[in-house]
Amino acid sequence: MEIVLVGLNHRTAPVEVRERVSYTAEQARRAAAELRSRGILEETLVLSTCNRSEVYGVPPESSHECAAGLSSFLSEFHEVRPDILGRSLYHHYDRHAVRHLFRVSAGLDSMLLGEAEILGQVREAYRFAHEQGATGPVLNRMFQAALEVGKRVRSETELGTRPMSVASAGVKLAERIFGKLSERKALVLGAGTISEQVIMLLRDRGIAQLLVMNRSRERAEKLATEFRGMVVPWGEWDAALQTPDMIISSVAAEDPILERDTLERAMSARGNRALFLMDLGLPRNIDPAAAELYNVYLYNLDDLGGIVKQSRAVRESEIPRAETIVEEHVGKFLSWQASVELVGLVEELRARLQDERNTFVRDRMESMKHLSADDRVRMEALMGELLEKLLLEPAERLRGEKELRRKIQNVEALRDLFLSNRHADREKP
Amino acid sequence: MDHLYFILTLVAYAASLACYTGFLNTGKVLVGRCASVLLLLGLVAHYFALLERSRGLHTVPYHDLYGSMSLFGWLVALTYLGLEFYHQQRSVGAFAVPFVLAFFVASHLAPPDRLTPTVAHGVVFALHVTLSILAYAAFALSFVLSLIYLGEERLLRSRKLTSVVWRLPSLELLERMSHSSVLVGVISIAIGTVLGFIWVDRLTGQYWFYDPKYVITLLVLFLYLLYFQLARTTAWRGARASRLCVFNFFVVVLSFTVVNLYFSHSHRYF
Repeated sequence: MEIVLVGLNHRTAPVEVRERVSYTAEQARRAAAELRSRGILEETLVLSTCNRSEVYGVPPESSHECAAGLSSFLSEFHEVRPDILGRSLYHHYDRHAVRHLFRVSAGLDSMLLGEAEILGQVREAYRFAHEQGATGPVLNRMFQAALEVGKRVRSETELGTRPMSVASAGVKLAERIFGKLSERKALVLGAGTISEQVIMLLRDRGIAQLLVMNRSRERAEKLATEFRGMVVPWGEWDAALQTPDMIISSVAAEDPILERDTLERAMSARGNRALFLMDLGLPRNIDPAAAELYNVYLYNLDDLGGIVKQSRAVRESEIPRAETIVEEHVGKFLSWQASVELVGLVEELRARLQDERNTFVRDRMESMKHLSADDRVRMEALMGELLEKLLLEPAERLRGEKELRRKIQNVEALRDLFLSNRHADREKP
Repeated sequence: MDHLYFILTLVAYAASLACYTGFLNTGKVLVGRCASVLLLLGLVAHYFALLERSRGLHTVPYHDLYGSMSLFGWLVALTYLGLEFYHQQRSVGAFAVPFVLAFFVASHLAPPDRLTPTVAHGVVFALHVTLSILAYAAFALSFVLSLIYLGEERLLRSRKLTSVVWRLPSLELLERMSHSSVLVGVISIAIGTVLGFIWVDRLTGQYWFYDPKYVITLLVLFLYLLYFQLARTTAWRGARASRLCVFNFFVVVLSFTVVNLYFSHSHRYF
């Protein structure tokens, strides 16, 4: 059984091409159904994210022409000229397709090395395709293994643990101080893109309460409504600084908006409860002297950037370990695939030999008129027993011995050796 | 048999320490679970080692300094495992288990001729000693947790984050674990001290006679109650409370060593 993958990603295609070849849920469902109804693929799964669009499949027969058919289909489905699409598409087969998927799931192929989102996207794509009945035994096994690889890489290496953006570094630091953020409150100063990124991360972490403060109340309200937060009037520091456990500031201002004295008063009023300050402004929004206050933890862009740089180095050093895990699972999957194919081959061989036995017995019995009906039946049974005995041991060994399956790499060669020219033989005079 | 239990305990504790250290470095869940299981096995073997010691000496295992050290190590391991289970956090194991191992090994360095059997003193005395040593064990753990807190807090404030910082518990969780440990210690020492007075009354007919050990024990109890109170008020929450906890443990060490050895009439081991 062959596995084929055709797709494009952020490395092979610019965003203008990727956005034309992406799939909504309905499009993914339609594409999978059409691929199967046209006989291009027996099993299909579409994986579509902002950085990649890939189609995984098992064709009905072993054929590399399937990939060409798949490329044509994609061009037609998305109404993109073949020459434009052709420049961006990559094709992988069998082991390489499996390895590619496992690497994607592990975050090794992501724009942001080791990012966690892709694992959820792979899981969702698999769940969706499985519910539609588009997958079969091969893709089911392959994607279950891919999810296992993704989990293992993230739990056994540091690939997924270290923050890769300034915003995520800040949120992770908050977790170092407070533990789970589900009982914590955050005050966000500013309503721009960076504030939005931080708010999204905080919401992902289950922050209990979100307060938004911005010079433009309208923008603050828009952000607060989108992320289920509350607006705090700009400038009311004494009231605003009492509640939150962390303050994230990303405001365009020439001078600091939070001076040390303001924070000192606030800390006194809140009983010196720990306060985490994330200063994402440039120029800085928070007086650096505030870092000297008891139970105040202040990080600015440089500090967070340093953590991201350190994280990148650590993540990159974890790549070999992650690749080892990927290869281990590729080997396991191929071993499973070979065992299924070999068992199938033994069954086909059994059927072929039984056919041959029946033909042989029928032809030879013609000339043995001296044999009684009982003798003929007994002779047929004996031949059947002999066949079973000859096939039993190899079948059991193939099922039980992994090393043997590993040695028998090319199942197609065995199939050709024992089962080829079947129809040609029958047609010979 | 004693030798066998010693070997089993030593191997289990050492393997547990190796696994906790591996877990701290790699974060592998399976390695962490192995560490906890090995520590539990070590506790079981250590318990039987203590029983064998008792049988051999025909008395309680803590009648001398070395026996007390062994029991102390056992109770540190037991208290730590309880904290780990309650707070679902095992990153601290790599810092706690060395104490367990050190005290267990040290307790077996006693030359045999120093050990003289004494008369058993009954259940009240046994509970008094056990609870007192449990208190010391709990305070020792809170000391370790406070040190980790202060180290991590310093790294966070200085913005020098090493790999280990990402594996340690959060500051908030370290504080809670320390509070739990101190709570165990305070309850144990309070009950243990009361039982001690009851035992003295049974022995001598009076609840009280002057012994510097009583004074310092009450001082320890007071200091930890103070820590409890201050750590709950937000003004002292954080590094200040942890520093107080570290200071308090030095008073505990003073009580267990200098006071026991040189000043106390009834708590000497030699």
